[in-house]
Amino acid sequence: MPQKRKCRIIAMVTAIVTTACLLCISTVSAESEKEPIKIGGVFSVTGPASFLGDPERKSMELAVDMINEAGGIDGRMLQAVIYDSEGDPSRAVRNVQRLITRDNVTAIVGPSLTPTSLAVIPVVERAQIPLVSCAAGNRITDPIKPWVFKTAQSDIHAVASIYGHMQENGLKKAAIIIQSDSFGESGRDQLVEQAGDFGIEIVAQENFGIRDTDTTAQLTNIRRADPDAIICWGTNPGPAVVARNVEQLGIDVPLYNSHGVASPRFIELAGDSAEGIMLPTGRILVADLLPDDDPQKEVLQNYIAAYEDRFGETASSFGGYAFDGINLLAEAMKGTDGDKQQIRDNLAQIQGHVGISGEFNFSETDHNGLAPDAFVMVRITDGDWELIE
Amino acid sequence: MTRLDTHIIACIVFAAGITAVGILVDNAYYLQVMIFIGVNTLLALSLNMLMGYAGQISLGHAAFFGIGAYTTAVLSTTYNISPWLSLPAAIFMAIAIAYIVGVPTLRLTGYYLAMGTLGFGIIVNIVFREWYSVTGGASGFVGIPPLSVGNFVFDTDRSYFFLVWGVVVFFFIICRRIIDSRVGRALRAIHDGEHAAAAMGVNIAKMKLRIFVLSAAMASLAGFLYAHQVYFISPGTFDFLASIRLVTMVVIGGMASIWGSLLGASLLTLLPEWLHAFADYEMMVYGLVLMLVMIFLPQGLTRGIVDIYENSRKKNDK
Amino acid sequence: MQEFLQYFFSGITNGAIYGVIALGFSMLYRATDLINFSHGEFVMIGALSMLTLTMTFRMPVIWALLITVFGVALLGLLFERLAIRTVRRPEPIVLIIITVGASIFLRGAAMLIWGKDSHTMPPFTAHAPLDILGARLLFQSIWIVLIALLVAACLHFFYKRTLTGKAMRAVAINKQAAWLVGIPSKVMVLLAFGLSTGIGAVAGTIIAPITMPAYDMGAMLGLKGFCAAMLGGLGSLWGSLLGGFLLGILEAMGVGFVSSGLKDATAFLLLLLVLYLRPGGIISASIVKRF
Repeated sequence: MPQKRKCRIIAMVTAIVTTACLLCISTVSAESEKEPIKIGGVFSVTGPASFLGDPERKSMELAVDMINEAGGIDGRMLQAVIYDSEGDPSRAVRNVQRLITRDNVTAIVGPSLTPTSLAVIPVVERAQIPLVSCAAGNRITDPIKPWVFKTAQSDIHAVASIYGHMQENGLKKAAIIIQSDSFGESGRDQLVEQAGDFGIEIVAQENFGIRDTDTTAQLTNIRRADPDAIICWGTNPGPAVVARNVEQLGIDVPLYNSHGVASPRFIELAGDSAEGIMLPTGRILVADLLPDDDPQKEVLQNYIAAYEDRFGETASSFGGYAFDGINLLAEAMKGTDGDKQQIRDNLAQIQGHVGISGEFNFSETDHNGLAPDAFVMVRITDGDWELIE
Repeated sequence: MTRLDTHIIACIVFAAGITAVGILVDNAYYLQVMIFIGVNTLLALSLNMLMGYAGQISLGHAAFFGIGAYTTAVLSTTYNISPWLSLPAAIFMAIAIAYIVGVPTLRLTGYYLAMGTLGFGIIVNIVFREWYSVTGGASGFVGIPPLSVGNFVFDTDRSYFFLVWGVVVFFFIICRRIIDSRVGRALRAIHDGEHAAAAMGVNIAKMKLRIFVLSAAMASLAGFLYAHQVYFISPGTFDFLASIRLVTMVVIGGMASIWGSLLGASLLTLLPEWLHAFADYEMMVYGLVLMLVMIFLPQGLTRGIVDIYENSRKKNDK
Repeated sequence: MQEFLQYFFSGITNGAIYGVIALGFSMLYRATDLINFSHGEFVMIGALSMLTLTMTFRMPVIWALLITVFGVALLGLLFERLAIRTVRRPEPIVLIIITVGASIFLRGAAMLIWGKDSHTMPPFTAHAPLDILGARLLFQSIWIVLIALLVAACLHFFYKRTLTGKAMRAVAINKQAAWLVGIPSKVMVLLAFGLSTGIGAVAGTIIAPITMPAYDMGAMLGLKGFCAAMLGGLGSLWGSLLGGFLLGILEAMGVGFVSSGLKDATAFLLLLLVLYLRPGGIISASIVKRF
């Protein structure tokens, strides 16, 4: 009997000691340098939303390097500390907590998604540290939270662009098909809410899963409702499947998409069925087609050149969200010597900042700073983007 | 000195240690991580009672975690009910659902039981995701209020740390008492051989159901604690992968071991933080670790280390 | 009528995918009493490999298919030898975690090799969708159905007529007894794994043109494929196909007549129903432990 009891005690002790050691190992703190200004980044670099987080991470690094090459902020260099949230709200909260208390960052850019952003908001509000989110959800800045800003264009403006175009073309009945995730839900909320403002009636609402391989059943329902246009709200690859199915079923009404598919990848995935699809997008997609007097053109072209040169892949509006975040923070940080309250106040007063996502004009009642003209409508023609006037 | 006494002494020592940690550690990040470990320990413990002692596989346990979290979220936020009232509601909800699902599911064994619990877990997760009007859908549920007793609000990491670990230590003791009681012996009898246990007069179905309900209630409590700590919940935290992570905690830490739950929870909460260094390789390393531990130390680390110790002693004795 | 037919075709398309994945599950279970949670990942690797071979290396479809299938089968053999056979305690829970660990590992590896994006490849034959009474069916769907039936028929023949196949069945029924009569059970189990993952690869290759493969496609497909296998009867080949089609059609009907938000739930609700009411599935091929 004593033998067994000894073993059990050993087991218990082992467990407890190991746990303690694990905790200790994890608490080995990193050396903190006082000199550079640290900016934290939390992005969904891996996981289903990596198409957002990966370019965002890269763009943040690019922006930080560009600022440092130009001399830094008031002579101090910037240092980026970036963590991967994997699209998981719990992980994002821990990342932010770590950035605040272990890495002692001055401000945070990200997260990439609406749920992760919503999750970290209580943390940054309590810690009183500026957060510049890269997520699309309207709820992030509405209602306003003093320390929370965002750079991505809102669904509000995207929906307004689409409905505006529909109204101009006399299309009255819309059928919407949305992805079963936060992006799709956010889009649906806006589509439903703004329909009346544009004289549009929603005749059908359908869902599809992120990884669905066939949406013909949903589209059959939609066809039955006899819409004037179909609006699909999601991110790759779902809308590409929808586009293919629409062509397969021979449904011949205009197909609109969201800015979630504003990337060359969508055209690749949807192939021939992408032809004729219309969507709102940030100007980066059609930078070369812009008139020379467009205030964003030069900024866009510089970013595109720098990004593609360094990372060897096409620049996208997604990466632009983080690029804007860093540049906005940099502008707000001037003359503050790292004082968070001042940075926040400066952020809230930025006017006329020309970024990748648009021209930012912040105020105490608007922490997104973008107007409907941050979007342009494009149509996919001959496998490429065409600006719709 | 009985086993229970040893255990209580160990718990007291542990509680002292944890209290010291809670007082000395200042860094909010570390406190937060340890709170997460505490919540996960409670979850792992609840699943260990079911899987380790009663031998019933569950691949959908995160569902009860979510049921607790969402029940309290909806009641305390949307309906403004005091969290201390939504707590019994959350536990009751989990118990009710555990009863309803448990009766048909626990009749299955082996892989079929695993699949049944898996199906249940996924369905619950889909409900969380699609019931937009109540749960906030895939975008999540915001604005959950913090817990408070009188004028004292549990909104600092330190206060929550003590709250969570207090509950955990409490359940360490409770679970030990259950395991050492008649019920516990009946459970282990079921684990070792159902038919033999039945032959000895154990009411198998009733016992299994009871432990299933208990583990559901504990998981729901963990959900309650989680919701009022982070003030935001979303379906992604309670999906199939979360259930798998719980099973992994139990199995790696050591089945049928209370302290194993602690070890497993600690390990699996901290592992992703360490794997940061591996960046893109993180998933591969995680999967590899799972496989290796299961292949070479299938009883979990707690027993595995004991076995190694025992084997080396036997060799020395020769 | 046109709509009903369209739902039906939608169901056939998805159903064929589920069915062919279910085949791999069932086949392995039948031979080894094991459920391989990473089966979906083998399907994924098959799809992505096929994609790389046809798109990047410009290989003709037939060659790409054969190489992919053999490659993945080899991977399956490796998996069995390294991860399954070495297990000290082959209990269900241990094996479940191992296969789950394997699925995470494979997904991580795929993420590194193929990146995080979705990819696309053209269908096997460039043919416009078939128009039947106003409802449209992709030609690739027909390919999937045909190949699935072919694979099932080959397996059937293999089990009933060849010595190896019969030996495999013997090992499944009673390992000791089979060993006593001289059947090398270890080799049989190894072979079963190779065969199962090979079939998974076939599934991957034929669904690649219509599913936009990505590194994480295996998770949901694997689960639904498993539900289909349970529905039809775990261990039964024709049951797998039947279960797949039934699941696909019921899903489509659910979308059409109830709601599209609950589409994913259909598979798991059916799974629960089957487990509670008729665990053997439609074609009860195995005895289920139930108290």
